[in-house]
Amino acid sequence: MSLSPDDVKRIARLARIEIDDVQAQATQGQLNTIFDLIATMQAVDTSGIAPMAHAQEVTQRLRADIVTETDRHAAFQAVAPAVENDLYLVPKVIE
Amino acid sequence: MSDASLSALAAQLAAKQVSSRELAQQYLDRIATLNPSINAFITLDADKTLAEAAVADALIAAGKAGPLTGVPIAHKDIFCTDGWLTTCGSKMLHNFVAPYDAHVIQRFKAAGMPSLGKTNMDEFAMGSSNETSYFGAVKNPWNTTYVPGGSSGGAAACVAARMAPAATGTDTGGSIRQPAALCGITGLKPTYGLVSRFGMIAFASSLDQAGPMAPSAKDCALLLNVMTGFDPNDSTSLEREKEDYTRDLDQPLTGLRVGLPREFFAEGLNNEVATAVEAAIAELKKLGATTVEISLANSKLAIPVYYVLAPAEASSNLSRFDGVRYGYRAPEYTNLDDMYCKTRAQGFGAEVKRRIMIGAYVLSHGYYDAYYLQAQKIRRLIADDFSAAFKTCDVILGPTAPGTAFKLGEKSDDPVEMYLNDLYTIPANLAGLPGMSLPCGFDAKGLPIGLQLVGNYFSEAKMLNVAHQFQRATDWHKRLPPQGEASGARSEG
Repeated sequence: MSLSPDDVKRIARLARIEIDDVQAQATQGQLNTIFDLIATMQAVDTSGIAPMAHAQEVTQRLRADIVTETDRHAAFQAVAPAVENDLYLVPKVIE
Repeated sequence: MSDASLSALAAQLAAKQVSSRELAQQYLDRIATLNPSINAFITLDADKTLAEAAVADALIAAGKAGPLTGVPIAHKDIFCTDGWLTTCGSKMLHNFVAPYDAHVIQRFKAAGMPSLGKTNMDEFAMGSSNETSYFGAVKNPWNTTYVPGGSSGGAAACVAARMAPAATGTDTGGSIRQPAALCGITGLKPTYGLVSRFGMIAFASSLDQAGPMAPSAKDCALLLNVMTGFDPNDSTSLEREKEDYTRDLDQPLTGLRVGLPREFFAEGLNNEVATAVEAAIAELKKLGATTVEISLANSKLAIPVYYVLAPAEASSNLSRFDGVRYGYRAPEYTNLDDMYCKTRAQGFGAEVKRRIMIGAYVLSHGYYDAYYLQAQKIRRLIADDFSAAFKTCDVILGPTAPGTAFKLGEKSDDPVEMYLNDLYTIPANLAGLPGMSLPCGFDAKGLPIGLQLVGNYFSEAKMLNVAHQFQRATDWHKRLPPQGEASGARSEG
C-alpha cells in the first residue's frame, strides 16, 4: 500500500489539519514508512479471534440519575480563547 | 539529603529534623542549579510549592501526617493541576491553566506531598526521546548530549539528577519504563484500571496508565499506595480492595519462577544490554529464583498493532483541541472550519499530527476492518500469549529497551526507528499488565541499562518484591550521574 500526496491531503482534511503541498509531500514519505511497518500485521490469520477492545473485561458502571456537578462555567471559560456573555465565541457560521 | 529514599525523608520529617518547607527549598535550590542544563521542568512555582509544604508542615505538627506527608514530588505535565500551567508538552496548551486537579494530583495532595513543579514530556506523550516537546528536549543527566527517553523524560531525568525524590509518569507504550531505563531509575506501570485517568490528558485511553518513578522499588511501592484506588470519575477505574504494595517487599525469592521470553533476547538487542540482563538473571538465581523459557510469539507484532490502535484512539481524543474551549487558537482565519484547521496545524507538532493522521486513516471508511479490527484481534493474541506464559512462571523478565540512551537528534528524523525503542514495553500495555523497569548496569559509555519485569494482572506487590530483593543485593539504583555526585550527600534508608 502506498499513499499519494492527494491521499495525505484527504487524511489531513479528515483530521482538520491544514497542510500545504510541500508538507503533504514530506508527510507522504513518513506515513508510507509507518504503513509499511503496520502492513506486517496483514499476514496474520485472525479468523475466529475476538477483537480485544480493552484490557479489562468490565461493563460500564451506571450511577444514580442525580446532579453531581456544580456550576463552574466561570472557571472553565476563563481558559477559553474567546468568551462573551458566558458563551464561547467562534466565527459566524450562519449568514 | 538529595539522595535520601522516600522513607528516610519521611522519617526525618516525622522526627522534625527537617521541615517540609526546608526540604522543598533544598530541592528547589538543586533544581535552580541543575535544571538549566537538563530542562526537566516546564513549570516551576516556588511560592506554590512552599505553600503546599507549609500545609504539610501543619499536618505534621497536628499529628495528622501520613507515611509520606511533607515529601515533595514532581508531576508530569500531563496531569491537570489546579492553578498550574498544564501544557502536555504542546503549544496547543501553552497557556492552559487547569481549573481542577487530576485524581492522581488530588491523592498526592491529600497525602500531604507538595508539588515541586511540572515535568517536561514528549508532546501529548507521543515520543520515546522527549524531543517532541514544544518546550525543548530534556537532556539525560548521565550525559547531556543523550536523550532521557520518553515520554516521561522530564520525570525520569529529574529523579535521576535527584532534583526530586520522586515523580509521577504515565505509560501508554513504555513512557514510564523506557525513560526510567535510559536514566537509571525505577519506574512502574500498574495494571490497567488501578490508577484513575481522571484529569490525565488522554492519549490512547485503552492503554494509558499512570505510575510512580523513583530511585528504588521500595519508593515506588510507597507511591503506588498513594496513587491507586477507585475513582467514580474514571469509567475504567476498578473497584478493588485497597492493597499495601509494600507488604511483600521483604519476602525471600526462594522458588520464584522467572519467565524469560525468547523473543526478548533475539536479534535487535544490544550486546551490552543483553550481558547486563544476563547478569541480573544470575543475581536472581543466587537469591533463590529459577528460570523458565517462555514464548511470547505474537509480541513481534506489538509495534504494528500499537501504531494502529494508539493513533486511532489519539485521533479521537485529540479532536477536542479545536481552539474553542481552551488552549491555542490561530490568530487569523476566514471561517470556523478554517479556524479548526489552522489552529490544529499550528498548535500541534509534527509527530502529533502524524499520529492523528494515521488514526484518522485507519478509522476511515473502507479501512476499519483491515487495520483497526485486525489490530484488535492481534491484541487478543498478544494478551493470550501472556496468559499462557503465566501458567509456568510468576514474573516475566527481559530488557526494558533494546539499547541504552541514544544521542539527541540521532533518531528524530526517522519515526519508525524511534518506534522500535518500545519493542519490549508495548506488549504489556496491549495486554493491560503491570510492568516495571529497574537499573541493572551500565554500558561502556556509562549510560544506564534497564531491566524489565512484567507481572500478571494485579501482581504489583510480587514485582516490587522481586525488584526490592534485587536492589538489596545490588547498588545500580544508588549510582548517581555526574552532576548528582557533585552535591549529593549519601544517606541510606
